[in-house]
Amino acid sequence: MRIKQDHSRFRHIVRGKIRRNLKQYISTGSLIGKQGKDKVSIPLPQIELPRFKFNSQNEGGVGQGEGEPGESLGSGEEEPGQGEAGEGEGEKALEVDVTLDELAQILGEELELPRIEPKGQKEVVTEHDRYTGIRPVGPNSLRHFKRTYKEALKRTIAIGEYNPKNPVVLPIRDDMRYRSWSTVKSPQSNAVVIYMMDVSGSMGDEQKEIVRIESFWINAWLKSQYEGIQTRYIIHDATAREVDDHTFFHTRESGGTMISSAYKLAAQIIEDDYPSSEWNIYPFHFSDGDNWSVDDTRTCIRLLNETLVPSANQFSYGQVESPYGSGQFIKDLRENFPVGEESCSLVCSEIKNKDAIVESIKEFLGAGR
Amino acid sequence: MIQYLKVSSLPTELQEWRTKIEAIAKDEGLDCFDTLFEVISYDKMSEIAAYGGFPTRYPHWRFGMEYERLAKSHTYGLSKIYELVINTDPCYAYLLEGNEMVDQKLVMSHVFGHCDFFKNNFFFSRTNRKMLDTMANHATRVRRYQDMYGITAVEEFIDVCLSLENLIDIHRPYVPQNKTEVEERKQDLPDELIGDISALPRLRAKEYMDEFVNPEDYLEDQRKRQKETLEQQRRIPERPERDVLHFLLHNAPLTRWQRNVLGIIRNEAYYFAPQGMTKIMNEGWASYWHTHIMTKRGVVDGNECIEYADRHSRCTVMHKGRMNPYKIGIELFRDIEERWNDGRFGLEYDKCTDMAARANWNTNAGLGREKIFEVRRHHNDITFLDEFLTPEFCAKMKLFTFAHNPRANEWQIASRQFKEVKQKLLFQLTNMGQPVIEVEDANFNNRSELLLIHRHAGVDLDERYAHETLRNLFTIWKRPVYIGTIKSDRNVLIGFDGREHSEEGFDEG
Repeated sequence: MRIKQDHSRFRHIVRGKIRRNLKQYISTGSLIGKQGKDKVSIPLPQIELPRFKFNSQNEGGVGQGEGEPGESLGSGEEEPGQGEAGEGEGEKALEVDVTLDELAQILGEELELPRIEPKGQKEVVTEHDRYTGIRPVGPNSLRHFKRTYKEALKRTIAIGEYNPKNPVVLPIRDDMRYRSWSTVKSPQSNAVVIYMMDVSGSMGDEQKEIVRIESFWINAWLKSQYEGIQTRYIIHDATAREVDDHTFFHTRESGGTMISSAYKLAAQIIEDDYPSSEWNIYPFHFSDGDNWSVDDTRTCIRLLNETLVPSANQFSYGQVESPYGSGQFIKDLRENFPVGEESCSLVCSEIKNKDAIVESIKEFLGAGR
Repeated sequence: MIQYLKVSSLPTELQEWRTKIEAIAKDEGLDCFDTLFEVISYDKMSEIAAYGGFPTRYPHWRFGMEYERLAKSHTYGLSKIYELVINTDPCYAYLLEGNEMVDQKLVMSHVFGHCDFFKNNFFFSRTNRKMLDTMANHATRVRRYQDMYGITAVEEFIDVCLSLENLIDIHRPYVPQNKTEVEERKQDLPDELIGDISALPRLRAKEYMDEFVNPEDYLEDQRKRQKETLEQQRRIPERPERDVLHFLLHNAPLTRWQRNVLGIIRNEAYYFAPQGMTKIMNEGWASYWHTHIMTKRGVVDGNECIEYADRHSRCTVMHKGRMNPYKIGIELFRDIEERWNDGRFGLEYDKCTDMAARANWNTNAGLGREKIFEVRRHHNDITFLDEFLTPEFCAKMKLFTFAHNPRANEWQIASRQFKEVKQKLLFQLTNMGQPVIEVEDANFNNRSELLLIHRHAGVDLDERYAHETLRNLFTIWKRPVYIGTIKSDRNVLIGFDGREHSEEGFDEG
């Protein structure tokens, strides 16, 4: 179709717009919640041709219907009931659907993220069956009624037995049709992201919002790099537990902070479910850096050294600035690990506010591990 | 691609109905071009609709955007394009594949209404009826330019042109172009002759009468007038020019291909203008005829009644706060027909103040049908409403005006007074709802800067848009550009000099 060419030009322009506004989308978190199964609707501020036109608020107009003078027709900036009659509702702001893959690609281009080299060739393949066709033999439970009927009808007509006044069709053995299947092989999800978050009293709503936004983009990027991806969520204060994503982003607890509890649980999860020989493992830990005791920090370092860092592709620690936290933990990590060096697969990032999210994503994903 | 190459001729059943409906239309007095129907799939329909009804247009992303919107809202079941008809000779109309028979019949009846309107309404009398070919030629030319100068360069220039697209003089095609203007200029007097009395135009008189027939003060008058004429001719343009695109085409420093592209945009803008000027009438007329043909001439089957009623009411539904041109149009045509059938017009009726007598007025004039045909020939939306909108009709249609209340930040019903509704309606339709903007001076500040004037009629310009548009105008004019307008009751001059926007007070004198 001729329009395809124009359409791809349009998509190209849209991509450019998204790229230009990407940092703003990231730091305001405006794309989260607009997300469907594998698409994101992005509201674009202005993709129209400017022209001399009337100021609509100044202009007003003529409408039709019931109501007394002074009655409201709806609030806001937009004029009520725009759009042509007979064409359905008019659209106000342009919303463009972009697949998560495309979005990740734009993110990658804009932040200049390197592609990730998966660890080894450890793709695990799963098999499952799919009904794909029809065959003349099979168990009765898989009988395809419609096809069977069609065959019988064809045969009846062909031999001239069909009587429209009394349309009885009797299938015989040869008419029977059954569903058949074939086995499909597909690569299993082979990366896992383990998010850990400190939910102690010192982590406020803003800090959590930052974590939420950041994890959305990290997920988007990692998803584009692996066939499939699993996510696990751990929250901790003095104790740790595994939760679903909703709880992860909405829980608020109080009390002390023992980071080691989360690390222990993460190590446990990895040991139980994700042998590091087969999985690409990405633990992310977000905290305000205020750990309970020096002893606990020592336990953390030991856990990191022994299990978490060696088994993971990269261990990422994001420290969100909060008015209550001391921010000590990141210093401890830097003392004990050669953070920042090429060989070190432990990455630290300090996130001061929402504007710093972009930089932080770059720090986390920039190593290409 | 193969699937679109196949030319879908009408299936037999549709063909039969087509013939029948066409015969009925003819019998009712509709006078149409030959009409070619084609059944197409919905994404083809979306494509053609995105192209404004034409199968071939110059390449531009805007069509792709429109296509995405249409195709998406069709996929989600939000809207459906039932019909598309192009004003050409022969007239092309598209039917949507998979529609029910009653839909197709309705669309065909509707299309014949449009087609009659296109052929007979005065405002389409200057339309290029071979636009299909012209558009295809435009497309070829733009594609060639893209090959030569790059896709981006051409597309960006089209963006610029399109942003000025509404600056045309919609009445220009109906005014006989004054060719003598050019010739007049040739007869201009050279400068040194001003003041020479003998060269001034005089009334013919015998020599001895000259002094009386051409007295001194008369000659003085002539001299003044001549000076003014010369003064005026030094200005470019001589008179404010409302067809801004025409002016730019002839005066802006453009390259050849740019000039051609601008010409293409202008040409197409003029093609679409009459459709914008007659939206209410055109849709009203077509709806009037589809109801008439479908119900009074027995095209709709008994078992299709409900579907028919559903489709019809869907297209003439009144959404709160929105004016539906289909509804207003069809009702107004019916109202006119009724009034002229009952003889409710003319001096006697207008003078009658007895409400009861007015309500029961009936002289059995029976002129309704004749009148609506006359109306469809001579009027456009503005004159149509100006002439035939009555207070009774206004109340019956529950029309109101609305305005924005900044304090509550909401839109509110402002008034139901006939006078105000009518005024607002006419304002909205004037110049197709676009601000009237003219080229005032191409040598503004004596530095070949361009001055446009917005003929302010009560509503300010949208400032953000004005800034962006000036930016685009600058890329064409390549010297600072200004627009004089009124902002919050203050004369202002908004300018763009290539780097930044300026705004200052402005005395139009």
